[in-house]
Amino acid sequence: MSKFRKNGSKELPAISTASLPDVVFMLLFFFMTVTTMREVTLMVRQTLPQATELNKLEKKSLVSYIYVGVPQPQFQRVFGNEPRIQLNDEFHEVGDIIDFIVAERQARDEAEIPFMITSLKVDEYTKMKIVQDIKQELRRASALHINYSSRKRVENN
Amino acid sequence: MAKKPPEIPSASLADIAFLLLIFFMVTTTMDADKGLERRLPPMAENIDEKDAPPVKERNVFIVLVNKDNQLLVEGEWMNVKELREKAKEFMANPYDDENLPEKEPKEVNFFGEVQVSKGIISLQNDLGTQYGTYIEVQNELVGAINDLRNELAKSKFGKAYDLLDKEKQDAIREIYPQRISEAEPKGIKPGGGK
Repeated sequence: MSKFRKNGSKELPAISTASLPDVVFMLLFFFMTVTTMREVTLMVRQTLPQATELNKLEKKSLVSYIYVGVPQPQFQRVFGNEPRIQLNDEFHEVGDIIDFIVAERQARDEAEIPFMITSLKVDEYTKMKIVQDIKQELRRASALHINYSSRKRVENN
Repeated sequence: MAKKPPEIPSASLADIAFLLLIFFMVTTTMDADKGLERRLPPMAENIDEKDAPPVKERNVFIVLVNKDNQLLVEGEWMNVKELREKAKEFMANPYDDENLPEKEPKEVNFFGEVQVSKGIISLQNDLGTQYGTYIEVQNELVGAINDLRNELAKSKFGKAYDLLDKEKQDAIREIYPQRISEAEPKGIKPGGGK
């Protein structure tokens, strides 16, 4: 009987916030480990093509990116609305790709050079001509290992 | 006796952690980079065309994509959806059809002597082909070979190809190599020049 007797005081005890920092820190570490900072600002509009047979890019540090697509609206007055190549933070011509690859190689350890991958992030609606030119340049620079960046296709059948 | 130093207040710890947490949550991009992995052929500068060993017509699976993103597979119109089956049939050649690629015996680990197809897939596109279509076609071709590898892995080892250890994967890769050649395009100019 007395067990169920109501206490005189109506106030609930406050929830202890002592473990709050621990919880937050746990989340913080999670996000710190999964985070990858974007190194370049995307200056071209992109919708990556979809595919099912995907390989994951394992070593982010060994990947060099080539972006291709129509320039974002704020750049269109200067660079037009035909697909352009973006290397690092600038628009470039096809001929600059060799220099880009050489620079990328110089930034890496010599032992890592054979494992370098070039990731082509190309907009779905680009014509193959520009891609073909890039491929020829990459062959000339003997950067043969490439990855056509694409999104996972969601099967809807 | 030395006086005990006062404790550092830890009330603001949660606030600081929250601040950092929010910063990382905003900057994070969770997208793991994925894509179709390919190897380009090395630039052959001095090799005479005639030095290359001739490849018989029955050993080549020709896929053409034109500027309107239409497919011509082995001389027939085709939908992208049918391509995978066709490519699988070509690479496996289950009934030793004489229009499909030849096979040569080869010694492979775990399997002993196996008939390995000499088939090559050749993909040619026009300069005006859309990149999305090109990737779709590549995806189907890679998918066909992956399917075959998976089927073989399942029947031999009872496991999917991805789950096998490296030696077994190598053996299967030897039986079904990924021979997709990306020929240089023969297109003249992208259609409908704007």
